[in-house]
Amino acid sequence: MTDDNSLFDYVIRLADDHLILGQRLGEWCGEAPTLEEDLALANIALDLIGQARSLYDYAATVEGKGRDEDQLAFLRYERDYRNALIAELPNGDFACTITRQFFVAAFMKPFWHAMLNSKDATLAAIAAKALKEVSYHLRHASEWVIRLGDGTEESHRRMVDALDEMSIYTGELFEMDDLSKRMVEQGIGVDAAGLEREWRTTVETVLSEATLKFPEVSHMQTGGRAGRHTEHLGHILSELQYMQRTYPGLTW
Amino acid sequence: MYSQGLIGADGATEEDEAFLQAFQKRIDAELKIEPNDPMPEGYRKTLVRQMSQHAHSEIIGMQPEGNWITRAPTLRRKAALLAKIQDEGGHGLYLYSASETLGVSREELTDQLLSGAAKYSSIFNYPALTWADIGAIGWLVDGAAIMNQIALCRCSYGPYARAMIRICKEESFHQRQGYEIMIALCNGSDEQKELAQDALNRFWWPSLMMFGPSEGDSVHSSQSMAWKIKRFSNDDLRDKFINATVPQAEYLGLSVPDPDLRWNEQTKSYDHGDIDWEEFWRVVKGDGPCNRERMKNRRRVHREGAWVREAALAHAQKREERKQTSRMAAE
Ligand SMILES: [Fe+2]
Ligand SMILES: [Fe+2]
Repeated sequence: MTDDNSLFDYVIRLADDHLILGQRLGEWCGEAPTLEEDLALANIALDLIGQARSLYDYAATVEGKGRDEDQLAFLRYERDYRNALIAELPNGDFACTITRQFFVAAFMKPFWHAMLNSKDATLAAIAAKALKEVSYHLRHASEWVIRLGDGTEESHRRMVDALDEMSIYTGELFEMDDLSKRMVEQGIGVDAAGLEREWRTTVETVLSEATLKFPEVSHMQTGGRAGRHTEHLGHILSELQYMQRTYPGLTW
Repeated sequence: MYSQGLIGADGATEEDEAFLQAFQKRIDAELKIEPNDPMPEGYRKTLVRQMSQHAHSEIIGMQPEGNWITRAPTLRRKAALLAKIQDEGGHGLYLYSASETLGVSREELTDQLLSGAAKYSSIFNYPALTWADIGAIGWLVDGAAIMNQIALCRCSYGPYARAMIRICKEESFHQRQGYEIMIALCNGSDEQKELAQDALNRFWWPSLMMFGPSEGDSVHSSQSMAWKIKRFSNDDLRDKFINATVPQAEYLGLSVPDPDLRWNEQTKSYDHGDIDWEEFWRVVKGDGPCNRERMKNRRRVHREGAWVREAALAHAQKREERKQTSRMAAE
């Protein structure tokens, strides 16, 4: 255990990643290109929200101030959310959503795998469950990347556009700031920078089967971990927080 | 909603008397009819109509509740709502597959929905305006659906009956979940109770309409009864629903918006006020509050997904061709 807020802040980052991405995927409900895909996307959204709940619940315990998962998830200000920017990007078309899921799952799979060795027993237990789920998410997204990349001319073109749009947000996933470094030093956190090579291999293997290429990126966007978000987050929060803000302090 | 599936159903059939009698004998002996069994054309058509309308209802029904996923008040409620809507999509999928055993493809059925030729339950043309509506929909709409579907678990057509058994378990879970949302509201603040009462006010009558109009002496309905596609009249099922639901409303401390609702000692059942069948037919024919929007959405989603479905197909073909080429090279 740490005597400062490091662990709380670290867990909140992870929780926010999963909540915000789950919220985005939830927007697909009833909107997917096939009924089977509607069920699959809802499934993944459910996994992500479930993971977010475990993480917020743990953060609340660590904080020990009597806040619960909902107060942490719903009742913070824009700048206090710490998710990576990629999680909050709009769904766009199906190619965009799949690309976003693909990039994130290709990162989260080795991340949770490494987290299995965390000295923090709760995080290691959350990792064990999440690892099974994210393995499916990665398989699901990879299969679609291949289908769309190596499908029709239109689907290929849409994938090229989606890669172009999403790739500039992938660098942030591997950033190691002071907090992440402290967590690694304490044997609690994961060395995200060390996962980049594996991520790159996963991504390039799938993209090459899909007859696609990872685009040249002149500059990686960043800021989420410091609460500097895209303009999209405020709109997500206005829906996410609507009930809690409109009817403060009630039980649902 | 599923009795509505018989509206306009044409059970007319052209088989000879001996065939029909043999078929009726199997039905009377409570034997299940399976996909490859001989069956009258009218029986098949009636089932296709009812099952596909049931499937369409599950799919369109995802819209009003889907409207609240991003705004659910807690993480637990958000997850439960998402899982419920996912279940409904699964019901749709399962029912389309069951319909396919009668020789009609999912594509054909989808086209019928999108062209407006096929209907879905009138209830989904009402809007989900507040969070309390999510409670009311689970409690009343899933509750009414269960009344119909429990009866359908004994339907003479095997694949439909089996689908219903599986689906009923999930529907009753949805009903309890919806009721639990109502309990939370009714145990809450004054404004929460108001939300709950308002939702009941708006969903009560449309829920009663889900059972469809009284059949009187409708020929189609009596044919469906004889074939044991249908086992109870619309009015009987509606009464069962009212008898089960009124005490639940009382427990919540809510009042059912029907001044003529009264317990009848003689019939051991509630008498209720007149249902506005004009409203019902208006909604069925397309002029409910959300008909146009529901259909517009469904068509948009279908249109926007076309390139994805084409890509999946094209990719599968490429794969197949590559496999054949490499097989030929190996030979
Ligand atoms: Fe259902
Ligand atoms: Fe249901």
